[in-house]
Amino acid sequence: MSGAPSPAVYPLLLWPQAASQAAVHVDWLIFAFTAVTLLLTVPIFLAITYFALMYRSGRQVDRGHTSDRNVKIELSWMLIPFFLTLAFFAWGAQIFDVEKHAPANALEIQAIGRQWMWKFQHPGGQAEINDLHVPTGQPVLINMISQDVIHSLYLPAFRVQMETLPGRYTQLWFKAERPGQYRLYCSEYCGTDHSVMDGLLYVMSPSDYARWLSQAGSSQSLAALGKRLFSNYGCSGCHGAGATIRAPDLAGLYNRPVPIDGGGSVIADDTYIRDKILNPDNNLIAGYKQVMPSFKGVIPEDELMQLIAYIKTMETSS
Amino acid sequence: MSPSDAVMRDPGTPQATMGRPSDYLHAQHTLRSWFFTTDHKRIALLYLASITVFFVFGAIAAGLIRLCLVVPNGQIFTNDTYNKIFTMHGVIMVWFFLIPSIPSTFGNFLLPLMIGAKDVAFPRLNLLSWYVFMTGALFTMATLVIGGVDTGWTFYAPFSTTYSNTYVIPALLGVIVVGFSSILTGLNFVVTVHMMRCPGMTWFRMPIFIWTLYATSLIFLLGTPVITLALILLVMERAFHIGVFDPRLGGDPVLFEHLFWFYSHPAVYIMVLPGMGVITELVAAFAQKRVFGYRFVAYASIGLASITFLVWGHHMFVNGQSQLASTVFSFLSFAVAVPSAVKVYNWTATIHKGNIRLDTPMLYAMGYIGLFVLGGLTGLFLATLAVDAHLHDTYFVVAHFHYIMVGGTMLAFLGGLHYWWPKFTGRMYPEAFGRVGAFLIFVGFNVTFFPQFILGYLGMPRRYHDYPPEFQLLNILSSAGSTILAVGYFFPMIYLTWSLWFGKRAPANPWQARGLEWTTSSPPPPHNFAVTPRVDFDPYDYAIKAREVG
Repeated sequence: MSGAPSPAVYPLLLWPQAASQAAVHVDWLIFAFTAVTLLLTVPIFLAITYFALMYRSGRQVDRGHTSDRNVKIELSWMLIPFFLTLAFFAWGAQIFDVEKHAPANALEIQAIGRQWMWKFQHPGGQAEINDLHVPTGQPVLINMISQDVIHSLYLPAFRVQMETLPGRYTQLWFKAERPGQYRLYCSEYCGTDHSVMDGLLYVMSPSDYARWLSQAGSSQSLAALGKRLFSNYGCSGCHGAGATIRAPDLAGLYNRPVPIDGGGSVIADDTYIRDKILNPDNNLIAGYKQVMPSFKGVIPEDELMQLIAYIKTMETSS
Repeated sequence: MSPSDAVMRDPGTPQATMGRPSDYLHAQHTLRSWFFTTDHKRIALLYLASITVFFVFGAIAAGLIRLCLVVPNGQIFTNDTYNKIFTMHGVIMVWFFLIPSIPSTFGNFLLPLMIGAKDVAFPRLNLLSWYVFMTGALFTMATLVIGGVDTGWTFYAPFSTTYSNTYVIPALLGVIVVGFSSILTGLNFVVTVHMMRCPGMTWFRMPIFIWTLYATSLIFLLGTPVITLALILLVMERAFHIGVFDPRLGGDPVLFEHLFWFYSHPAVYIMVLPGMGVITELVAAFAQKRVFGYRFVAYASIGLASITFLVWGHHMFVNGQSQLASTVFSFLSFAVAVPSAVKVYNWTATIHKGNIRLDTPMLYAMGYIGLFVLGGLTGLFLATLAVDAHLHDTYFVVAHFHYIMVGGTMLAFLGGLHYWWPKFTGRMYPEAFGRVGAFLIFVGFNVTFFPQFILGYLGMPRRYHDYPPEFQLLNILSSAGSTILAVGYFFPMIYLTWSLWFGKRAPANPWQARGLEWTTSSPPPPHNFAVTPRVDFDPYDYAIKAREVG
């Protein structure tokens, strides 16, 4: 962070900054694709210009021996460029596959998009608005949701973006490698101040990040905050130890299949747990009577994320 | 206006009996004869006049956008005003200019002429299409200009259904009504192609323009009902909170993206396919040569119209769509390259060893090929999953679709307008001014939009009124280009209008072109042909002619 130039000091950028090896990889893909594009187009441009001048009306040149069809030639210029470009389909799909699968040890940061700001929460409970601090050398997973319209978290330095949807969690991940200041944006149009829903991304060495975390000030981790909410909202009355009402035990729930009334099952991921808190009548659980009240409009998105963080830790209990 | 024209004639009277043949423009002069006409040629001119006015509004909005973006911190307008301006630009240009542009003007004028018919299959329905179009378009135009709408032309939910505080419902209603006009036009054209071809005009004797028009009409018929329903659902959601798209009401905003792009991706081909048809006509006429691989080019048109319904998911790689779906959509999008390549390479081969005249229409055609190729291949970049994860919703996308829609459709429209202007009006335009205009538009377009590819790659998101200072230089360049482009547009607007009164009178076939539309007088008589043509030759029958010259 310290000493790293702000992105604004470059008067004319011609190459975007890259903060990760993956970003450099995407650049190589784009660079190679550009080269093949030129290979396919420049001859056409030259040929058209040459033909237009060479065979201009009034010039005495040989115009004989042309045919108006040739299946072999036509098939070859249909298929050769297609197969050439298919290599880039495969290359792009392979990088995308990596982008879609975050490593298990990723540091998970929660993000909320709303008109017109970003709120980020680190696992230790530190929160920040619009700016985001991340360490190098460790995969970072951003789990996000929108409070209102569709937004999109765009981190050009990592060459990734992901739409932030209302009512559903989406994720993106990256592994930062080059400390510095980069930009982050909302890239999905979201209304009046869409173009100022941006901020700075600070990529820091792990020690700088640790120092920043300690200075950012937070008394409790997300899970600890969630644990307090769990009792404040009365969740523990039914789902806690010694409850009198028969409700599903949440210990070890996260990422397990939940049997559904009428057959089938659903994986209890973040979106499922959130939906169950807000719309308990959806996906009735097999073997239980539905008596849970809805918390729709009661629990805000950031507290939902804290509750889910707590539920994820409930693996060892009872 | 000559005295002999003042005599009222029965339009059914055969031309041969008249001293000077009456044409469709001079057959009748009353306002009523224009606004209640069922002549496809007059209806085409009604469309031409209307979309030109809409284009001017859309272009003014574009100019204001480029003016704002000269400075990075958005000082000229408020953010809300800027959002309304780019929405106005997008809605007008897409729905009221590009989609109806070539099909409704050239299509209406030329379809019966090119297949040797007296009119389209349903002339009254044709007039109704124009009234439906004008009703919807004027309604939405008034909403956009007087009240303002800030959703973007894409109307994404739940912003459009719940959060926007602007006149979304009236704007949507107009667009929905315009959709019915598209459906009626599509229906009319499909039936016309099937039923009205003159004796001897077999499917494979039709000009490529008719093939592309036919393919476009199929998209009108199959795609437009989907967007109509989606927009009706949007109106219902906004007005009555029915809960289809807003998750707070139990809906799914991604569903709207699917429904929207299921139509709006094929809509790109509504804009592009007729343009390809026009370019094919121009290239053949100005190279005085048969279209290379006619059948491949014809099939490619139908191929594009089919594949285009299978690729809408490439607009949704970064919205949580499953990885499998994204990968399949990415692959199918690459398949679009096959028929597109056929078109481009076959045009090039058509020019080879032709007898080429570089008149204004040909300059537009050559410009079109270059810009379309660039626009098409950058589309493949965006169809590549990992590349789209970076470039999605940036200025790269803006540049890409302007290369397709302005570089493609607009240049084809202008090229076709110059080529058929003598047939439409009976007047020639001044050639030198035409060439200067074409050159200015080509240069202005590239200076405007090429820097936007770089801006997008650098990470500048689209629809940004307020942007980081490091992007300013390229934005100034782009705005400077837009002034050249604007000057370029003024050229044809002025000299084409001038030529209506002062242009040289056009002969029946000023370009020595083949095709039935050139066998009748310029402008054509009210019923197109004195005698119904019989076709016993292939399309683009230039071979004999070329040998004579070569």
